[in-house]
Amino acid sequence: MNRRSVFALAVAAALSGALAAGTASAQAPIKIGAVAPKTGPLAGGAAITHWPNIQLWAHQVNERGGLRMKDGSRRKVEIIEYDDRTNPGETIKAVERLAEQDKADFIIAPYSTGLNVAAAPVYAKLGYPQITATSITDKIPELTQRYPSIFFALGATTTLAGSVADVLAKMKAEGKIGNKIAMVNVADAFGIELAEVSRPVFKKAGFEIVFDRSYPLGTQDLSPIVKGAKAANPDAFVAWSYPPDTFALTEQAKIEGLNVKAFYTAVATAFPAYGGKFGKSIEGHLGAGGINLDSPEIKAYMAAHQKVTGKPADFWASPVTYASLQVLEQSIEAVGLDRKAVIEHIKKGTFQTVMGPWKFNNQSIDKYWTVGQWQNGQFHGVASTGLPGAKPVIVKSGW
Amino acid sequence: MDILITGVLLGATYALIAMGLTLQYGVARIMNLANGEMLVAGAFGAFWVFTAQKTSPFAAALFVVPAAFLLNWLIYRFLMRPLVRRAKNRGMLEVDTILATFGLSFVFVGLMLLVFGGEFFTYSYLAEPFRILGSPFGLNRLVASATAVVICGALYWGIHGTRAGMAVRAVAVDPTAAGLVAIDVPKASAFAFALGGAVTATGGIVLSTFLTMDASIGVVFTMKALIIVIMGGVGDVRGAIIASLILGLAETAVASLLDPGLTLAAAYLLFVLVLLFRPEGLFGRRQS
Repeated sequence: MNRRSVFALAVAAALSGALAAGTASAQAPIKIGAVAPKTGPLAGGAAITHWPNIQLWAHQVNERGGLRMKDGSRRKVEIIEYDDRTNPGETIKAVERLAEQDKADFIIAPYSTGLNVAAAPVYAKLGYPQITATSITDKIPELTQRYPSIFFALGATTTLAGSVADVLAKMKAEGKIGNKIAMVNVADAFGIELAEVSRPVFKKAGFEIVFDRSYPLGTQDLSPIVKGAKAANPDAFVAWSYPPDTFALTEQAKIEGLNVKAFYTAVATAFPAYGGKFGKSIEGHLGAGGINLDSPEIKAYMAAHQKVTGKPADFWASPVTYASLQVLEQSIEAVGLDRKAVIEHIKKGTFQTVMGPWKFNNQSIDKYWTVGQWQNGQFHGVASTGLPGAKPVIVKSGW
Repeated sequence: MDILITGVLLGATYALIAMGLTLQYGVARIMNLANGEMLVAGAFGAFWVFTAQKTSPFAAALFVVPAAFLLNWLIYRFLMRPLVRRAKNRGMLEVDTILATFGLSFVFVGLMLLVFGGEFFTYSYLAEPFRILGSPFGLNRLVASATAVVICGALYWGIHGTRAGMAVRAVAVDPTAAGLVAIDVPKASAFAFALGGAVTATGGIVLSTFLTMDASIGVVFTMKALIIVIMGGVGDVRGAIIASLILGLAETAVASLLDPGLTLAAAYLLFVLVLLFRPEGLFGRRQS
């Protein structure tokens, strides 16, 4: 066979393939846009919590034959992905592009508090529902009032900080820890807000903050911080930290032998990689988030996540992200592709999700996990705003 | 005393980050903005060796170092050489290579994302306390410092103690004049660039034992290396080492005595002071 005929064959094959694809699915798939970091400072977190859940959800929906529409037809979903490089400007541009050029039927909410808040006006302007699963803010009442299309599912900052104080206060009341807290925070919107919110909350709960410092994002050596905290001789260590520093602070605390009875680090404590890296030495570590690992829905979800994406889900925002996609799915099945109707449906409906039944109250879910703890190699929820299945808190046993 | 030791350890870490760029910028005259990505690639190698092969991450050096050397040689040979040829003067070469390597850094990030995925990669290796004068320090940081000392020592000896090193130094001082005395300038430049890449990747292997990284974190290291190289003076290994140590000590002192929030401010203040009073860098030669 000469080269030309090989080429002709290839063209023919490509053409027939295209034609076959055109005729096989009479119903075009529903276009779902997705924009979140694949590069930039938040890419690591998005790669654990955000992207795998979109993959899992699309896989499961299409495996079932697609979404079951009101008229009885099945529509598959097609995901269109954009990388916003952790840049709010890029997030907004990508949302506009998805709406206007790609003609996406729906757009999954972006990743993280900052990017979601930045994109809220454009979602509202274009009339797309924005069900956020990774934003924590105290501005939920203002934001939901201003933007009728935004929904929150992960909680509020003050509640998160207050819950940590409650957990520690309970340990203090039971005589398990003393009243001295060393607190550090990453000098970034998230860390500063939590530190400011938690100072009065800790004081009110009867704690004395014996060490209180911030460090810049991306600090490569946190040993001066941990040395300082250790010198203050605290009973509990609280760090409002981001993923790279959560790992670094924990490792440094282990090296320095910072022996506290309660050790709390914020974001990334719920990542499977945290358990993977430190193994048994983090028994009793507290962190932001948590889930109910005894619930059959969560068990099935964790197994499916591992099977489809090849990696474990995290123990906090992963199932919440998946649940937010289930809300979208159930709303589309109930009212169709009319985005206005979907937004109204989300506001009023009740949804069966992996997180249990969800009903939005003023566009936000008010039952969520706030504090989790590593116990026997798994991260269990130990405090929430009214969810079932919280485990009792244990005292950190040392390194 | 604690501050001194912690500061020196941090300084050694910085030296590992900056040493490769010193060679690439000082000798080959290429301000390689894809330097940090090379470091992250080395770290990925170590991570893979540790998690998939269950051996010491330092075993990664066996293939990471030659691969980084070869890759950087190829980058110089096929991407940078045309720019070097085209450039009418040093300023033009700098602008061109900055733009080219800036683009290259995005290509690297994309490739690493494709091959390794976007997650954080972190593992525990030698994360044990090692006591010096009664105070605990991370063993992995000590090993990193020792590696930095070995690499810096070897480079210093190689550049100041051997004939090939003399050629490299001559190219660093004046490429045109070096060509006149029968030094193969393109070859020496390519060698320095490739060696710089290999050193950076080695740094990545060592740093991965205590830093959490992901595919797009390289720019953080590039910025640090840039500051150190400019502070130290172009093309001087000693300058880069001294600058690393000064930065490490200053940051640790500020973090321990004043406030950890001011470390970045302290680093940039030093940088500005050096630029104001010795714009050619600590060990740089004044441009005539």
